[in-house]
Amino acid sequence: MALQFEILGRFNRARAAQLILPHFICQTPLFMPVGTKGTIKGLTTSQLEEIGCQIILGNTYHLELQPTSQLIDELGGLHKFMNWPRALLTDSGGFQMVSLLHLADITENGVTFQSPVDGKPMLLTPEESIQIQNRIGADIIMALDDVVKTTITGPRIEEAMYRTLRWIDRCIAAHKRPNEQNLFGIVQGGLDPVLRDICVKGLVERNLPGYAIGGLAGGEDKDSFWRVVAQCTAALPEDKPRYVMGVGYPLDIVVCSALGADMYDCVYPTRTARFGTALVPEGILKLTHSAMADDTRPVDPTCACMVCKRYTRSYIHCLVTKDAMGSQLLSYHNLFYMLKLSRDLHSSIIEGRLPEYVCGFLQKMFPKGDVPEWVCNAMEVAGIDISSCCAPFPSSQD
Amino acid sequence: MKFAVKAWSKGRARAGVLQFVSSSKSSSPCPTEIEIETPALLLSTRKGLPFFISPDLLPSLPSPDSHLLQFSPLHFLEGITPETITTIGGLHEMLGLHEFRFAAVPRDSIVCLPHCEGTNKLGASFETPFGRILIKPSEYMKFIDSMKPNSWTTLADEVPAWVSQKRNKTSVDRTVRWLDDCIALSSKGGNIFGAIVGGSSVEERRRSAQEAAKRNVSGYWIGGFGLGESMDDRPPLLNAVTDSLPEQKPRQICGLGLPEEVLQGIDSGVDLFDTTYIYHLTTGGFALTFPLERFVRNVSDPQLSNMGSDGTKINLNSEVYRKDDVPIVDGCRCYTCQNHTKAYINHLLSVNEMLALILLEIHNTHHYLGFFRAIREAIKGGKFEEFRQQFIEDRRERDHIFTAALSA
Ligand SMILES: [Zn+2]
Ligand SMILES: [Zn+2]
Repeated sequence: MALQFEILGRFNRARAAQLILPHFICQTPLFMPVGTKGTIKGLTTSQLEEIGCQIILGNTYHLELQPTSQLIDELGGLHKFMNWPRALLTDSGGFQMVSLLHLADITENGVTFQSPVDGKPMLLTPEESIQIQNRIGADIIMALDDVVKTTITGPRIEEAMYRTLRWIDRCIAAHKRPNEQNLFGIVQGGLDPVLRDICVKGLVERNLPGYAIGGLAGGEDKDSFWRVVAQCTAALPEDKPRYVMGVGYPLDIVVCSALGADMYDCVYPTRTARFGTALVPEGILKLTHSAMADDTRPVDPTCACMVCKRYTRSYIHCLVTKDAMGSQLLSYHNLFYMLKLSRDLHSSIIEGRLPEYVCGFLQKMFPKGDVPEWVCNAMEVAGIDISSCCAPFPSSQD
Repeated sequence: MKFAVKAWSKGRARAGVLQFVSSSKSSSPCPTEIEIETPALLLSTRKGLPFFISPDLLPSLPSPDSHLLQFSPLHFLEGITPETITTIGGLHEMLGLHEFRFAAVPRDSIVCLPHCEGTNKLGASFETPFGRILIKPSEYMKFIDSMKPNSWTTLADEVPAWVSQKRNKTSVDRTVRWLDDCIALSSKGGNIFGAIVGGSSVEERRRSAQEAAKRNVSGYWIGGFGLGESMDDRPPLLNAVTDSLPEQKPRQICGLGLPEEVLQGIDSGVDLFDTTYIYHLTTGGFALTFPLERFVRNVSDPQLSNMGSDGTKINLNSEVYRKDDVPIVDGCRCYTCQNHTKAYINHLLSVNEMLALILLEIHNTHHYLGFFRAIREAIKGGKFEEFRQQFIEDRRERDHIFTAALSA
C-alpha cells in the first residue's frame, strides 16, 4: 500500500480527509480532471497547479495507443513525460474499449477488441492492464473490471460482478509496484443491492488501498444512482478512500460527498467548455447564446478565477466555438469551479457546516425551491436537513 | 507615444525607442510608461489575445519586448458590437491587459486578407471569416473609437504585385484619401499610423510615402508587401518608401515574416514587424531553433528529418523526436523549454492536443523576440550588415550540412 488516508473531519456520513499519495497530498472530497492523452485539453501543467488541481486522470487505453506505455516508461513515467509533479491516476482501459469500440467483447480471459490501428483482434487481460499501468506509473491504478451498462438487467450483471471479483485476484498478482502505486478495486453489480453487497464484501476481503464504485453515470435514473452510492459507501471500510467513477456534475458530487464518497472524475467540465458552456452556481451558462453578446458581466460574478476577473461574457461569447482561446478560457474557469467545489466541500465538512453549504448550493441551483426529489431523498439518508431550501411541495420530477 | 532613433548601423538600419506614456485618461490600474526598443515585434493576435497563449501565461514572455500586441478590428465584426466595447471601456479593459499596448491594423494576414477586386472608391474589401466584406472609413473609425487602441493604422487599398499600373495608381489615390478621411473622422486622436501602398511600382511607393509624410500622423504603416512580389523586388520598393519618410517617426510593416525578410525590412529602415510567421510555424508543428548569439557558428548535429525542417527550424511532427528527451533549444529560457521535452510535444502533436500549439507559440514567440534583441544589439554595435550576412551564411551552411546529412 502506497497511500495513507487520514480523516480530518466528518459530518454524519460525509468525510473530509487527507489522501497522502506518493506524489502529492490530496484533500478530499476530490475532483480529478481528466487528462486523457497526457494533457488536460488547453491547459498547461502550471495553470493546473495554479487553480489547485491535485490529481489528474490519464486514460490507459489512449496512452497505450499513443505514445505507448513502453515509451512513457522509457522516458521515466507519465509524471516526468508530461512534467506533472502532483498525483496521477490511470483507469484500466477496459471501460474505454467497451465504450469507444463497438467490437469489444468480454470473455473470461479479458477484453477482446479490434485494434484501431490495423483492425486485428487484440486482447486486454487483467494482467496486461496492470502491466501497462505499472509502466505508466500513476499513483493510483485501477483494476480491470467487467463493465456492463447499468441499464442492462438480468444474468449478465451477475456474471460481470463475479468476473470482476475473479479478475481482481489476477490484477493483484500481476501488480509489480505495490509500494509505489495503489491498486483500487471496482465494485460492480449494477443496480442490484444483493450483487453490490457481494462485490463490496469480496473486494474488502482483499484489503486494497482504495475502492471505486463502478458502473454508474451510465444513464441510470438518479434515484437508483444515489442508492447504489449510499449502499456502497456504507459498506466500504471507513479508513480507505472511495471513488465514484465517471461522476460528475456538481450536484452529483455534492450528493455523493454527503453520502460519504471521496473522489470523482469526469470529462464534463472540459468537454462542455469546448461547446461554449460555463459551470456557474446557478447551473450552466451557455456563452454561445446571442444574449451574451452585450452582457458585460463576468461569466460568474462570484468566481475568483483569472477568466472571471478579466473577461466579460460578451468577449467570451466572441471567442467560443470559433477560437481555440474560447475553449481554453472556459476550460480554465470550469475546472476552477470544480476544484473550488471540492475545496468548499472539504472545508465545510471540517468546519461542521456541511448542511449550510449544501443548502446554499441548492438554493442557487434551484432558486424556486424545486430541489429534485432524489436529492431530497439522498440528503435524508445523509442526515442533512435541506428543508430550508426546498419548496413546501417538492416537485417529483427528476 | 514618443519615438526616438538612438542608433544607426551604417546604412538605413536603425535602433530606436518607442515610448508609450501612461495610457490615456482611463482609470487603468497600470498607467506605467512602457518603453519598447525597436526594431520590435508586434505580437499578432486573434481578437486581441495571442492565438494560444492565454493572458495568465503572457507574463512568461520577455518583458517589455512582448508588450506590443497587434489586432484587427475586423475580428469583432461579429459577436460583439462597438457599443458594447465602448460600454466595457475599450480594448484594454475588454482584454484585461492594461500593461500591454495595442496597435490596430485592418488586416491580420491570416484570416482577414485584403481583397483587391472587391475594393472600390467607397471602402476597402476583405476576405474574412464572416465572408467578403466592404469597410468604409466611417465604419472602421467606429471600431477604432470604441476600442481605443494605442495606435491605429488608416484604411488602405492594398493590391497584389501583378496589378496594372493604373490600378496601382488608383490604390495610392484611395489610400491617401482614406488617410485624410480617417484623420478627419478620428475624434479621440490616438496615434495614427498613415498607410502607405504602391504595389511594385517604385514611383507609386514614393508618391504614397510622400503624401503620408505630409500628414499629421505619429507613424507609418507600410502595406502591400507579401502580396506576390519576389524578395529581390523588395529593396528598391522599401527604400523608396523609407527614404521619403521623416526619420523620427516609427515605421510599421505587414507581410514580411521570415527571418530573412525581417532582416531585409530592417536593412531598409523599418522598425515594427508582426508575427504571422510565428502563427504559421506553430500551427504547422514547427519550432524555431536557429542560434541567437551573434557570430556563433553552431552548425553541429542537425536533427535528421525530412519533414520541412531546415537550418532555422525543426518540425516536431517528425518521428525522430518521438524519444527526444530534451527541450527544443538547449538553454532556451522560455516556459516550454524550461518545462517540456521534444518527445512530449511530438506526442501532443500526434494526438492533436491543443497544448502543443500553446507550447510552440510560447517557444517560437520567445525565440523570435530573442532574434530581434540580437538584431538591436548588432545595430547598436554598428554591425548590422555583418549580422545579416552572418545569419544568411550560417543558414546556407546549416542547410548544406543538413541536406548532406539527409542524403548520407
Ligand atoms: Zn471563473
Ligand atoms: Zn524555448
